[in-house]
Amino acid sequence: MAESPPVRQWRHEFVLIRRLIKARIRSDWQYRVSFIALMTSQAAFTALEFVTLLLILRLVPTIGGWTGAEVAMLYGLSALSFGVADMLFGSVERLSTYVQQGEFDRVLLRPVSPLLQLVALEFELRRAGKMVPPMLVLGWAVANVEIGWTPARALLLVAAVVSGSVIYAALWILSASVSFWAVASKEAANAFTYGGQFANEYPLHLYRNWIRVVLGWAIPLAFVAYVPVQSLLDAANPLGLPSWLVFTVPLVAAGTLASALTVWRTGIRHYQSTGS
Amino acid sequence: MSGTSTPESAATGGEVVEVGKPAATTPGGADQDQVVISVDGVDKTYVVRTRAGRLRRTKREVEAVAGVSFTVRAGEMVGYLGPNGAGKSTTIKMITGILTPTAGRVEVLGLTPTVDRAVLTRQIGVVFGQRSQLWWDLPLGDSFELLHYLYRTERDRHEHNLAEFVARLDLGSLLERPVRQLSLGQRMRGELTAALLHDPALVVLDEPTIGLDVVSKFAVRDFLSEVNAERGTTVLLTTHDLDDVEQLCERMLIIDHGQVLLDGRVDAFKAEHGTERTLVVDLERAAPPLTLTAATVTAVEGPRQWVRFDRRTTTAAEVIQEVVSREPIRDLTIEEPQIEELIRRIYSARPEPGV
Repeated sequence: MAESPPVRQWRHEFVLIRRLIKARIRSDWQYRVSFIALMTSQAAFTALEFVTLLLILRLVPTIGGWTGAEVAMLYGLSALSFGVADMLFGSVERLSTYVQQGEFDRVLLRPVSPLLQLVALEFELRRAGKMVPPMLVLGWAVANVEIGWTPARALLLVAAVVSGSVIYAALWILSASVSFWAVASKEAANAFTYGGQFANEYPLHLYRNWIRVVLGWAIPLAFVAYVPVQSLLDAANPLGLPSWLVFTVPLVAAGTLASALTVWRTGIRHYQSTGS
Repeated sequence: MSGTSTPESAATGGEVVEVGKPAATTPGGADQDQVVISVDGVDKTYVVRTRAGRLRRTKREVEAVAGVSFTVRAGEMVGYLGPNGAGKSTTIKMITGILTPTAGRVEVLGLTPTVDRAVLTRQIGVVFGQRSQLWWDLPLGDSFELLHYLYRTERDRHEHNLAEFVARLDLGSLLERPVRQLSLGQRMRGELTAALLHDPALVVLDEPTIGLDVVSKFAVRDFLSEVNAERGTTVLLTTHDLDDVEQLCERMLIIDHGQVLLDGRVDAFKAEHGTERTLVVDLERAAPPLTLTAATVTAVEGPRQWVRFDRRTTTAAEVIQEVVSREPIRDLTIEEPQIEELIRRIYSARPEPGV
């Protein structure tokens, strides 16, 4: 059966990206001691965040009316989404270096989308270390929350991980795009990515109003974990979220990604009109 | 009645051939009249921001390129010369779609580079002398394999080209070596292969010989002329090495302060401006400036003397002979004129200053 042109295009791109990623892993593997050390430390740092959470839960049985298992699910969902996005798209933070050193010229000279190139060329397997602790925590939370698991609920959880990863990926792309306008902006951009993820591990209603507005709704991080977990587990709802809100999660994810890609493209045009 | 129908159909047939002809001209084919690069009244202005006070910044506009126009036809090999900061790289970046011109129009292979960048990238090859497109930590051969996937070239064509370039550039023993272990000359041979594997109709090279030893320079030049002659590939190269242009190009452009100072044949230029050479001799001991029949001493520094002569009136051998007959010498070199020197001569030959 003949493939339609877009399908063939995607298949080619998939094969290419796999090749580039493999090449990247082979390159990294030349420095294997540092590779293993970095991977372990990434996992350890992520786990440390959860240990902090556990210590707090030992002092107080609930956080903002949420039980230990509920908070664990919040943490697991947010950190896993972040881990997935970080592994697949976190490498776009290298854009600032590319722009600074003029390497982005090289990227523009190749017949493949600059974003895909950056993702594949700078792919770092060690970022996968970040996914391990949240997966364990999420597993534990699923087994310990006081609800019955139905196929619909399981599906919602999977959809939440996918949507959450998309939202974080959009955030990565958005924060990297800043480099097209302001060189050496990596640290400022990281405040939103890593900072946002850290804030997202605690129930949103704990925060002051303005933080909620900025990190929860403007940058729609509430849709990554807080909204799905609240709905899924029927947890305490001091913000009075409507029950339909959870169904907008995939739409919010798609919208966030679309705006991030628009900013990215605008950034490339800006780069082309200013030079490095 | 059959008599009228025959010429009619013949005419139609003839027309089809006529129309079909330009369309059949594939990139890479050396249709001598096809314009490959057209740069028309192009300006490029950068906005430079400098700090003024704690938070304020002042904007300053810098014209990197001002009113540059030229065309390059299929199969040409053109040298684009100029001192550092003259606007060479900016022009190259506009031709390859990395930068949008502030004003004017650039067209490459009938496309507007920044708009049709994705299509254009498959039809051009680019080498930046100071930047690599190879995978630093992987064997050289792996880079070529990855480029096959990046450019989606046909497997047969890729293998055929690779085998040819490997043989010509003597890369066989290097394919298994990580790029980071290659010498600059070896790496440049790899870069040339990488830029040409996808059969580009146009190759743009930015300072391809910078920092190379003589042997590597020759290898690069030979390879480029062969590719140009055999494949009809159009070549545009920037350099500040006049030798590159003399050896490779029939035509040259000189750019200075963002403006094209000269566009013409290399041999004509050489006949007019490039005939003076300087012989640097180290005498056994310091001596007063030598007086020679067909050459003049322009500078003396201890035992070293700079002797200028014109290639049209004498030869290096004659000058050397004469010097040796006067004073015993220890060492000598011949200095080629530098691009900066040539530009100075062009300016001074003009009635009014260019800038």
